[in-house]
Amino acid sequence: MSTKILLGYASCGIAAGADAVEGALRTGLKEHDLDIEVRRVGCVGMCHREPLMEIHDDRGAFVYADLEEEDVEKIISSHLLKNVPYQDKLISSPERSYDYFHGQKKIVLQNSGVIDPESIDEYMAQGGYEALKKALTEMSPGDVIEEIKASKLRGRGGAGFPTGLKWQFAADAPGDKKYVICNADEGDPGAFMDRSILEGDPHAVLEGMILGAYAIGADEAYIYCRAEYPLALKRLDIGIEQAMDKGFLGDNICGTDFSFHIHVKEGAGAFVCGEETALMHSIEGERGMPRPRPPFPAQKGLFGKPTNINNVETWANIPWIIRNGAQEYASVGSEKSGGTKVFALAGKIKRGGLVEVPIGTPLREIIYGIGGGIDGDVEFKAVQLGGPSGGCLPAEYLDTPVDYETLTEAGAIMGSGGMIVMDVGDCMVNVARYFLDFTQQESCGKCTFCRVGTKRMLEILDRFTQGKGSKEDIDMLKELASHIKAYSLCGLGQTAPNPVLTTLRYFDHEYVSHIEEQTCPAGVCRELITFSITDSCVGCTRCARECPTSAIKGEPKSVHVIDQEQCIKCGACQDVCPVNAVEVE
Amino acid sequence: MMDPSEAKKETLSVIERYEPKDSSLIPILQACQKRFGYLPREVMEEISLYLNMPLSKIYGVTTFYAQFRLEPLGEHLVKVCHGTACHVRGADKINEILENELGIKSGDTTPCGTFSLERVACLGCCSLAPVIMVDETVHGNLDRDKLKKVISGYRGDGQ
Repeated sequence: MSTKILLGYASCGIAAGADAVEGALRTGLKEHDLDIEVRRVGCVGMCHREPLMEIHDDRGAFVYADLEEEDVEKIISSHLLKNVPYQDKLISSPERSYDYFHGQKKIVLQNSGVIDPESIDEYMAQGGYEALKKALTEMSPGDVIEEIKASKLRGRGGAGFPTGLKWQFAADAPGDKKYVICNADEGDPGAFMDRSILEGDPHAVLEGMILGAYAIGADEAYIYCRAEYPLALKRLDIGIEQAMDKGFLGDNICGTDFSFHIHVKEGAGAFVCGEETALMHSIEGERGMPRPRPPFPAQKGLFGKPTNINNVETWANIPWIIRNGAQEYASVGSEKSGGTKVFALAGKIKRGGLVEVPIGTPLREIIYGIGGGIDGDVEFKAVQLGGPSGGCLPAEYLDTPVDYETLTEAGAIMGSGGMIVMDVGDCMVNVARYFLDFTQQESCGKCTFCRVGTKRMLEILDRFTQGKGSKEDIDMLKELASHIKAYSLCGLGQTAPNPVLTTLRYFDHEYVSHIEEQTCPAGVCRELITFSITDSCVGCTRCARECPTSAIKGEPKSVHVIDQEQCIKCGACQDVCPVNAVEVE
Repeated sequence: MMDPSEAKKETLSVIERYEPKDSSLIPILQACQKRFGYLPREVMEEISLYLNMPLSKIYGVTTFYAQFRLEPLGEHLVKVCHGTACHVRGADKINEILENELGIKSGDTTPCGTFSLERVACLGCCSLAPVIMVDETVHGNLDRDKLKKVISGYRGDGQ
């Protein structure tokens, strides 16, 4: 086997410096006259170790991580020229695999980080478009729907509606013209699964959509993708063109009378467009505002025609299911829900990145097993699941299996897959306020309770963080929350109070501290904390020079003092102090 | 302000590639913003004629979506990520440092026109939190010193 080099080239890799590494690699190979294939691949999931390089030779795969330009020459001269792996940056070899991947099961991400996402040939070499050929030659549209039903695949966008059933509704709806939509408007802050799938394996999404269109009888589709994902958009365009050239898309696909066209629409930055009816309005050129259901999109969707809409991850599962069979898919996962879920693990975690695990895996295994535990080995406080629609779960729930029902019961939701870990340094009142600030700004304004109610809730939370809240405010929060949930048309409003309700349920004592003692136990809420300098100050004057309000006084080489009147609590002194002499109370 | 006849000519050259139907509105606005950097009134008037759509409706759509701007931008656009991971890793602080460094508030442009500062919801690079995006480049794992270095790098070529 000839040697080849894979370079992680998704957004995280590029942001971490993949370009410089690639430049150094190509120059180095040329200088040493080495004719080795260098392939840009998508995200392998280890975002915390980017930039990454994987060398495949006769012995197997060697992964180098945290690369800087100057490492490249060392890898070339050691590994490539002398066959001796360069140990300093080696994290995985055929003898010693990186335990980040233990416990993961790759279905959706099977090709991500393995193939060049801009090459349809590499996708096909992994079995790509086999599912489509199988469906078109051996299966009727009804068979495809039955197969998806039997797989127990549920919508990965958050709500978890059974995908096969959804397809059945659209297939049964009368009409000659039907649409398929891929929701790639990944708006949850803290979520990047769909971006990584689109950047790493765009053809899986396209093939899934083609299969879906065949099953329900659609001939046209839209992918609604965030404009903030330029690389994903580019790779989708390339993928569509390649699939057209190969005859998997366009008129008379694979020589049959099935024709199907996909258009890409760039979103324009509105969180509410993740809601299906709002998204469809946006494609039609309107303000992205939701409308009441029924009629459901399956009856009356885009341009008034029956429409089936699924999110990126759901579509990316489809080819695997058709190729490997529903039984095999259903055998992974839990009783009510087949397959895997991709999570974006981030926050105060040692090893953040993209994680794919069977549904039903306990939170602890994801956070401590795969993620390696809390950054800095401080105490875990909460894990936030499901973004602004979800909730914060405390340590007691770490052994909860991650499944639609169990999480809903606990007050969170599966959501799209954002998983943000928080430690004792995070204030739960502040976190609740953060999410409400987000939903309040993103409310489209159609429903009064969502528009005004979230604003009132935010004002109350603002008072808490300033130590000006009262106990009655908590009752008011709960009342507002129940009305907003009941009287909002779409998911945004119906779930907006969740972060507040879960923090009230599990971290009630933090609210009490803010209200009764005017203290913020985590030391986050500015109005409730003071900065002071301890005797360990060496008088280096850095803090005094950094302080934007000149609130720090002191002679060089003597202990400095903060003037509390002038202090704006920006924390600059704490950031720059070389001896950690700045304390927060 | 643009010269009206110039605006008309330029706008038409951008929008003629799109079918004159309602669902073309957002792609047209996106293409015009790409071309002009923002959406001047003259451009929206031209779109209104092309699509046979009231200007008020175009204004309504434009102001609904965060992507569209009615004012020109500075030479470099600095977007501060306020996603959840960045929030717990100090996005507010990053924002404050930038406001102090640049001497402007989020949403504004420096008087010299070099920088515009903006808050954004999530850039999707959560493992590198806190992050900012300057023009098309993401800078991650920021702290006070690194942030100042990044900004001074852009100052160099900007002035």
